[in-house]
Parts: sequence; structure tokens; C-alpha cells
Amino acid sequence: MTRDRLAKISLYGILSAGLLVVVGPFVWMLLSSFKPEAEIRSVPPTWWPSTWTFDNYRTLFDRLDFPQYFTNSVIVAVLVTVGNLLFCSLLGYALAKLDFPGRKALFLTVLGMLMVPGMVTFVPQFVLVSNLGLANSYAGLVLPFLAGPFGVFLMRQFLLAIPDDLIEAARIDGAGEWRIFWRVVLPLCKPALATLGILTFLSSWNNFLWPLVVATTDDKYTLPVALALYSIGQNRMYFGLLLAGAVVVVIPVLIVFLALQKHFMRGIATTGLK
Amino acid sequence: MTALLEAPPAVKRAEPRKHRRKMIGWAFAAPFTALFLIFGLLPVVASLVMSVTDMRATDLRTPLAVNFVGLDNYTRLFSDDLFVRSAINTLIFVVVGVPLTIVAALAAANALNSGLIRFRALFRVGFYLPVVTSIVAIAVIWRFLLDPQAGLVDNLLARIGVDGPAWLQDTRTSLGSLTVMAAWRNFGSLMVIFLAALQGIPQDLYEASRLDGAGRWQQFRRITIPLMRPALLFGAVITGIGYLQLFEEPLVMTQGGPLSSTLSVSYHIYNQFGFGNYGYAAAASYVLFVAIVALSVLQFRLLGQRDD
Repeated sequence: MTRDRLAKISLYGILSAGLLVVVGPFVWMLLSSFKPEAEIRSVPPTWWPSTWTFDNYRTLFDRLDFPQYFTNSVIVAVLVTVGNLLFCSLLGYALAKLDFPGRKALFLTVLGMLMVPGMVTFVPQFVLVSNLGLANSYAGLVLPFLAGPFGVFLMRQFLLAIPDDLIEAARIDGAGEWRIFWRVVLPLCKPALATLGILTFLSSWNNFLWPLVVATTDDKYTLPVALALYSIGQNRMYFGLLLAGAVVVVIPVLIVFLALQKHFMRGIATTGLK
Repeated sequence: MTALLEAPPAVKRAEPRKHRRKMIGWAFAAPFTALFLIFGLLPVVASLVMSVTDMRATDLRTPLAVNFVGLDNYTRLFSDDLFVRSAINTLIFVVVGVPLTIVAALAAANALNSGLIRFRALFRVGFYLPVVTSIVAIAVIWRFLLDPQAGLVDNLLARIGVDGPAWLQDTRTSLGSLTVMAAWRNFGSLMVIFLAALQGIPQDLYEASRLDGAGRWQQFRRITIPLMRPALLFGAVITGIGYLQLFEEPLVMTQGGPLSSTLSVSYHIYNQFGFGNYGYAAAASYVLFVAIVALSVLQFRLLGQRDD
């Protein structure tokens, strides 16, 4: 009995230490963003701020363009998410429930795209978007991400498990194909749509390489781009500013994640991808 | 059309309906497929074509008026010291980082699965936290944690009497620091996959082996590991694919330095794109692509060999 107890206590001990190592840096980031610059640089470093200040955030929002970057991030992420929900569920439904020539080839091609690294496509995409006159525009930021292969895979897998009878019954009742999709199929897909929506929003919010290349002026930067450019540019010496910037990037995502984490876990456990 | 009109009545009714079905399928598939062709498939093919041309930033408006140079870009790549250096760095990052991440994820998943009920959700969410946060933000945080003067890590080490190195400014520790940070960030997503796999293992297997006198470690080696093989393989493949594309961490934390010790292939490609060498960057990106496919195939061969 005592040996079991000892094992349990040491297990809790190890897990808690692990939790501290993983979550500690985030706590330190949040606390330090409220410290004055001198305290952040003080040796040895402090955990709890000895003086609280909002100066870092004030500078971020008043002097720098963070409200604009924040708005850009929201606009891009919302458009990308809506696009993926619509286009991926349409194709996912066609692949799972409708028979049409080239169906299998299309699915395999889309699936194969999951293996292609972003580095392979971004140079031609940049040439394409520039020639369409969309460089440094919201359209340019959004268009290449509207149709993601991951969403098709997720929607198709989910729809395969839905019995054909439901769709056949609606068809016999005389409902048109569009109506069936809108009124019967989509409502059944709510859990998959929730998972896809959250994962897409998140990956768009955190997306870095493409906006770094396409957004060339301040007014189109997304948050990660702005943060990265500030941290390697002239402002890199302002520690407090950068930490406050990191908080602004991280906090919205953390709130979404904590509120909806069961959808995350389901999405990862069922598809194995993030 | 005439054949259709001359067909017997029964078929005549069935044929248009079948034809209609096909059209409906494509109607649903069309919006995605159109976007996918233009912004997905076309760039993949275009990249391959660009890699055998001398395209530069000055050709941006006239991408079709470039010269064919054969495999010049590829031969130049392998005599480019920086590319070779970046390939070696990336390989070390993958070879060390993937096992490290898998071991951490396996340990966390097993600890969370060992009959401990309380706070399980808390630990799971906590360990998963870094996965959902922006790499740029994490890189910013870690740059401060690893700072040799005001950084938390070296100051904690100093407390136990260890003189910590200048992690990111020293060529001996820079790549290692990025590797450990990547494992720290990513083990949570593998943990969730492994947890699902662990929960699928029937408990009576453990009970039967206990009756046969097997210890914990033997059970882990003889039951858990073999039955988790598909999940482990999957984890190794997706982590390998991700790690081969290392980019944001060196960009934000070290700018590839010191002395190119953290320059990755993706970062090198990005730099070449910045210098305007589009054809050259495309060639390097295809080498990376081939490496990703090769690594995946290799892992399937090595780890999946006992699967039927």
C-alpha cells in the first residue's frame, strides 16, 4: 500500500515539475510584460513585478500600430476560416457521398498536397499574387489559404461515418441537392465544422511565412509578422515591448483554446493532425 | 447525344439522371478544386519549372521570359557551403529533435494514463498549451529566458552553482537550444495522439501478463510499445515533416547565427528569395521536398516493417 502511495506521489511530483517547465515561461511572459524595462533587465530576474506598469501596452497600442496588426490578424483569420468551412465541406461531401468521375484522383491529389512544404509553393505563389496585383492586400493574404487540404480530409472522414439513408430519405422526399447539403448534411456536421473552424482560425492566426512575404507595408502586417520584425529590427532592445507584444499574440488564442479545448483534442485524436 | 436519344425508354430515363448525378458531384467539388488548382497545384508545378531556370526578382513581371538552365541551380546548391551547412544543421535538428519529442510525449502520455484520475485534464491542457501558441511569440519568450545575463535559465543554474553558457550566442549550444525548445513546444500534440492509442490497448492484456509474472517495464516493452507502433510511426512521420521545415525559431532567436550554426534549409531558401534568386530558391525548396518524402518513406520502412 505504502509503495503504491509513494509511486503515486512521485508521479504527481514529476508531472507537476513538467507542468511548471511547460507553463512557467508563459506565466513569466505575462508577469514580465507589466514590469518596467529596468526590472526586466535586472539581475537576478524577478517573478512578481515589484512595480506594476501598463507602459509597455500603452506604447504598443498608442505609439506603435498594434491595433492595426490585431485587426489585420482578425480579418485574415476570419476570412480564411469561413472559406475553409464552406469549400472543404462542399468537397468533403462530394468525396464522401456523391459519385463523379475523377473522384478518387482528386482526393489523392488533395491528400498529397499535405506533404508539400510551404517553402515549395511560396515563391511561385508570390509571383502569381504579385502579377494578379494582389501583393500587400487582404486578398493576397487570404486567397492561397481558402482551400486547405487538411479540411477536406477531416470533413470527408467525418461524412463517411454518416449513414446514406438520411440523405436518400431527403432525396426521396424530393429535396434538391443543394437543399439536402444545406439542411441535412451541414447540421449533421456541426462537431466536425467546430473542430475545423477552430483549427483553421488558429493556424491562420499563427501563420507566419506567407504574411511575412506578402505584407510589405505596416498597414497590412499581421501580429506574428509585426512581432518578428520588431524583435529583429531596431526595436529589438525593448524587452518589455516585445513581451507585451507576445502576450497580445498569445492571449486570444489561449482564451479560445481553453474555452473550446474538447474540440481540439477530438480533432487531433481523430485525424492525428493539428 | 444521338445515341442517347435512340436508346430504349428505360435507359433513356436512367441516363440523364446518372449524368446529372455526375454534374452535381463536380458542382460541389468545383469551388475548392478551382482554388486548389490555382493556388496549390499550379505553384507546386511552377516551382519545379522555376528550379530549372535563372529566374530572379527582376523577372517578377515577366515570369515566362526566363532562360532554361538545366540542372545548374541544383549543382550550384551542392557546392554552396551555406546550403550544405544548412542541410547538416537541419538534419541534426531532425535526428536529435524527433526522438527527443517522442520520448517526452511517450513519458507524458504514460504518466497520464497510469490510473491517475485527478487533474488529468489540467495536465493535458497544460502540456498542450505551447502547441497552440504562435512560434514567433514562443521564440520571443525563449530568447529572454535564455539570455546569459537577465535570463531565467542561467540565473536558476547559478543558484545551484552552475555557470550557464550563453545558449544562443555560442556555436556549441545554439542548435541544441533550438532543438530542446522545439521538443518543449511540440511534445504536447504527440502526447494527445499517444494517449488515444494507449486507451485503445485492452486492459486484460496487462492483467494476463501480470499473472505470468511480468513487471512494469516488461509490460511496457512487450505490450505497450508493440501495440502503439502505428501511433509511434505516425508521430515520427509528422514530427519529422515539421522539423525538416525549421524556420521561425532561428529567424527570431538567432538570425541563423552565430556563424551559421542555426541556419536551416528553409531559412536559407527564404534568404535566397530575399536576395532575388527565385530559381535557386525553388531548386533548394525541391530538395527539401524530396527530403521530406524520403524521410517519410524511410520511417515507414524502419518502423512499420512488422505491420501487415
